[in-house]
Amino acid sequence: MIAVGALLHAKQLSRSPFEIATALIVPVVQATLAVYLFRAGGEPGRMLEAAVGAGLMGVWSSVLFGSGGAIQNQRWLGTLEMIMLAPRPPALVILPITLATALTGTYAMAATLLWGRLLYGIPLDFADPVAFAVAVPGCVVGLGMFGLLLASTFVLLRNANALTNTLEYPIWLVSGMLVPITVLPGWTGPIAAVLPTTWGARAVREAATGSGAVWPSLGVCLAISIGCLAAGALMMTYVERRARAAATLALA
Amino acid sequence: MSEYAIEASGLRRTYRSRTGWLRPQRREVQAVRGVDLTVGNGELFGLLGPNGAGKTTTIKLLNTLLIPTAGTARICGFDVVGQTREVRRRIGYVFGGDRGLYDRLSARDNLRYFAELYGVPGREQKRRIAELLELVRLTGRENERVESYSRGMRQRLHIARGLLHRPRVLFLDEPSIGVDPVAARELRQTVAELAATGTTVLLTTHYMAEADELCGRIAVIAGGRIQALGTPAELRHHADGRRVLEVEAYGVTDDRLAVIHALPGVREASLEVVGAAQVLAVQSDARVDVQADVLRALDGVRLGRVTARQPTLEDAYVAIVNRVDGRRAAEAVPA
Repeated sequence: MIAVGALLHAKQLSRSPFEIATALIVPVVQATLAVYLFRAGGEPGRMLEAAVGAGLMGVWSSVLFGSGGAIQNQRWLGTLEMIMLAPRPPALVILPITLATALTGTYAMAATLLWGRLLYGIPLDFADPVAFAVAVPGCVVGLGMFGLLLASTFVLLRNANALTNTLEYPIWLVSGMLVPITVLPGWTGPIAAVLPTTWGARAVREAATGSGAVWPSLGVCLAISIGCLAAGALMMTYVERRARAAATLALA
Repeated sequence: MSEYAIEASGLRRTYRSRTGWLRPQRREVQAVRGVDLTVGNGELFGLLGPNGAGKTTTIKLLNTLLIPTAGTARICGFDVVGQTREVRRRIGYVFGGDRGLYDRLSARDNLRYFAELYGVPGREQKRRIAELLELVRLTGRENERVESYSRGMRQRLHIARGLLHRPRVLFLDEPSIGVDPVAARELRQTVAELAATGTTVLLTTHYMAEADELCGRIAVIAGGRIQALGTPAELRHHADGRRVLEVEAYGVTDDRLAVIHALPGVREASLEVVGAAQVLAVQSDARVDVQADVLRALDGVRLGRVTARQPTLEDAYVAIVNRVDGRRAAEAVPA
């Protein structure tokens, strides 16, 4: 059910003109942003790191807007009530949606790297291509599971998109997707340490640049994500009941 | 097996909302104020009422989408709050309108996804989907995206989706809303066929003819309470002792309607817009002929056909609903 659900949701998402336009434009913008940021910082040798970081931002945006936006979209489509009526645990109903958005996020990573190569000549010399090929899907799946925890909140909130907008930039900033965590204020450290995005970004960056061991970072990312999945599943059951009590499954 | 497919006792639902942050204002709306009803296995039961009467809220309380503020409900003997999953395995839900489907997917993909969600075994899915496409007359169009479907086709797809897991109880919430007359007739035919196979159907509708044609029993709900319950023939008795005068008119104002309502012998007066014309229906005591007084009150208004007839189920419904409105208006007047 999870596989069929994720596939069909990915199909529904990838046919949206808005999603297609976003998927075409955003990676160019993010690749450009990353390149100029690193050039301005006098570190042109770290272009690949910049492109990978920008790609991760794309994955995160997709998961975040996917989880929040997809729940809101289900509400607009009138399908949220229909899927929540299924005789299944609520987490199993929502997980395919967050996985589908993570899947479409993988495209963001590929497109950003491709645009970086085509427009700015960033060489795609990965330090460990095999580890990179494993770390990216691992990170994507991890973020998909994290998405479930986020989605549980969005089921409850009728204005879910307001929350997604406020979460996008702080999380990629704190996770060190583009800017090293070391240059951020000390108080952000503990927050970064518990976010799966931090460890996922680190694993992908390490695989691309060879700056460290990939597997421990990926392992921590997946461990935290599984924790998020478990917490999300519990939350979803609670939140579904709350949503039925508060009448927030439908638009009105 | 439980004797009843649907049982509700003292069902109530209050919506609470809050607006503003600095000086929040709380608002409470009592949508359902104590509904009691039982629907037998295999029965086709109608829930009739005006907008805001509490029909959809009642259905959502029964199909587990909302939790009651008070009271209890059971579907096939299972409690809608405590045994949600057992209830969901046994129910289908279909609502009217354009929403509720994945527009960018084909009908087949929509059905495939919901078949997975509703636990239809993989080896059965293909056959079941083909059967349902046939039932709702969408065979041959199943690979087209839903966004290209007409409203009638979407509505039929909704029904197919609601039946995927062979529910014992089907909730149909205004399924014919906005559907053209031919599509509505096809829909009624599908619903009647379903009931004939033993599926219990709870149908909400605005359309009297639909309820009259399909339902074995009808409950009229208004103001969040069941106001009358019985077979269509029994409900017609609510208009016993009355006659109806129908006047086709152009330009009847609310003031004139109020004047007509106040005429001696007049029990109800309602105005309906049909195309460019208005149809004024005046219910009066059977022994009082109000025609001359009504025409006098319409002096200066362009009139068309004037007919007198026996009351129908619709007239009985209007009588029941207006009685509730009258009571509420009286309650609202300070002593």
